[in-house]
Amino acid sequence: MLGAYLPIIVLVIVAALFGLVSVVMSSIIGQKKPSPVKLQPYECGCEPVGSARERFSIKFYLIAMLFILFDIECVFLYPWAVLYKRLGLFGLAEMGLFIVILFVGYIYVWKKGALEWE
Amino acid sequence: MLTHHSYLILSAILFSLGALGVLIRRNAIIIFMCIEMMLNSVNLAFVSLSKYLGNIDGQIFVFFIMTVAAAEAAVGLALMIAFYNNRESVEVEDLNVMKW
Amino acid sequence: METIAIPAVNLAAIMPETVLSVVGMILLLINVFLPTEKKAYLGYLSLIGIAVSLFYTMNGWGTPQEGFNGSVLLDNFSHFFNVIFLLCSALTILIADQYVQREECNHGELYPLILFATTGMMFMASGTDLMTIFLGLEVLSIALYILAGFARNNVKSNEAGLKYFLLGAFSTCFLLYGMALTYGATGTTKIAGIAQFIAQNSILSKNPILLVGMLLMAVGFSFKIAAAPFHMWTPDVYEGAPTPITAFMSAGPKAAGFAAFLRVFLVALPMFKAEWTSLLWALAVLTMTFGNITAIYQNNIKRMLAYSSIAHAGYALVGFVAANEVGVAGILFYLLSYTFMNLGAFAIIILVGKKGEPNNNVSDYAGLSVKHPALALAMSVFLFSLMGIPPTAGFVGKFYLFSGAIKSGYIWLAIIGVLNSAASVYYYLRVMVFMYMKAPEEDFAWLKVTPAFFVTVVIAIAGVLVLGVAPQYFLKLAQIAVMI
Repeated sequence: MLGAYLPIIVLVIVAALFGLVSVVMSSIIGQKKPSPVKLQPYECGCEPVGSARERFSIKFYLIAMLFILFDIECVFLYPWAVLYKRLGLFGLAEMGLFIVILFVGYIYVWKKGALEWE
Repeated sequence: MLTHHSYLILSAILFSLGALGVLIRRNAIIIFMCIEMMLNSVNLAFVSLSKYLGNIDGQIFVFFIMTVAAAEAAVGLALMIAFYNNRESVEVEDLNVMKW
Repeated sequence: METIAIPAVNLAAIMPETVLSVVGMILLLINVFLPTEKKAYLGYLSLIGIAVSLFYTMNGWGTPQEGFNGSVLLDNFSHFFNVIFLLCSALTILIADQYVQREECNHGELYPLILFATTGMMFMASGTDLMTIFLGLEVLSIALYILAGFARNNVKSNEAGLKYFLLGAFSTCFLLYGMALTYGATGTTKIAGIAQFIAQNSILSKNPILLVGMLLMAVGFSFKIAAAPFHMWTPDVYEGAPTPITAFMSAGPKAAGFAAFLRVFLVALPMFKAEWTSLLWALAVLTMTFGNITAIYQNNIKRMLAYSSIAHAGYALVGFVAANEVGVAGILFYLLSYTFMNLGAFAIIILVGKKGEPNNNVSDYAGLSVKHPALALAMSVFLFSLMGIPPTAGFVGKFYLFSGAIKSGYIWLAIIGVLNSAASVYYYLRVMVFMYMKAPEEDFAWLKVTPAFFVTVVIAIAGVLVLGVAPQYFLKLAQIAVMI
């Protein structure tokens, strides 16, 4: 039973070894010529602007909150989708009602201006 | 061997750790994370009991707990932001305007 | 592939709740299109919604409706509680309008939130499945967290909201863990199913898992009704929350907590009666004594009423310990009269307050009787009722609670209750001494009685006096309601 997972375990071990060996080997045999430019944090090749410890804008929290609220509806959509045919018209009507209630919330959020960034 | 007992014990441990965290930690966000951990330990208990009893009710309960937890998270974050706007802190020591 | 059999949907069983939540959603949508100065219209619309819901509640008296595979049962018990909840939210909406304009937190969301909270309370009263009760509790709690922190720019209100949120969520976890253990021991979340399972497997009555589950559920519910030692949040939240919301919280959600507490313990766990009565005995004594003794030391009147509401939860618990028809009917009657007297008292507190709420100390009531004799008289009626002095509703309620306890043989509990009510006279009388025997420091020139306030105070006084003078009819209804 557990034997079926053996290839995966082997793959995980090999992958871990590969990563480990390449990091260790390069630090042992690689040349080291540090310069201020090289020691900068890597930001896609651009020059870093400001500290990385900046405080996030409060707007992100608002977006996160709204995301959680509208994301959790999937909890109910998944089981409904799996049994869609067996639940029939009744299930469709119930889910429609659920979505309408969520939609009321969406309109509220929209009109309150919570979706605008500026 | 993993039986439903192991899951129940794990859930009890998680619940106690969460409760301990709520009582010890001083940052409102971390306290809230501990509360979420307690809720998830309840979820674990419900799911394992549902599997053990062969009864679907427990799993349905978990759906509702997850939804409620999300709604609570949104409201809780909003309250913390409102508090932070006025007091520049979310430490529970600063919940001190009213004393008896 | 065969279709799944759909359980019978009985909309009549959730009609009062449906009306309220639909009206709440409509108000939410209207709100975003309405300019600030017209938000009061939302209040009138929500009163219409409450009236329709009340109509459905009254109409259904005597004909129990079961629906949704036995997870909702709209019987006389829930009808009685629904009337309390609807009354409480209607009076709150009436007194809220002037307050939110004065405190500059006139957000239209107030009215939908009160309606949603009421919906949650109704589901707590009519839920016959642990799931329904939990969902009702959370709909109520989440709305209340927001309402407690409703005055966004007021630090006290922020703090009240955050405190209530953290402690409320914490207590919900205990309730849920208790529900999980009960489900594990009995294999069902239906209240009737739990009772049936325990009755058939009498060996279960010694099952520690079930006992721990019961204990944890008792902790969760005790938090909601603010019984000591789970009352720590009450004074701070009541003081910090906007005053109309404090009034709402002290009457409605407390009654809802009792409704769910009673239904779960009386219907699902009667086999554990010996265990939970001894537990509740201790809770009742602790709650009454602690609430009253601490209330004596308060100078802020909102805080004083917060501690007094803890004490009143203790009196109601006395009826719960008795667990007989007189005691439980006494709880229902008492919660109804408490709604009238407490909302009336809070209405006057709102009236005497000024912007920023500086006028909440007992000494601010000095000389109220000289300038506004009618208001002072109304406040005295409410305070007399809170003390439990005849001929007010508070007296009749306490009388039934304590006689229920005596009937079940809890003589000492009744004696402790009576001693506690005697002690409570001190701090209520103190307010009256200030009103009638001290000279005013200020001239109360800002007091402005609007029609809504007038209606609220008249309804509250009428309620207190009618329930006090002619309680038979309402007691009869309460006794019919508790036959669950």
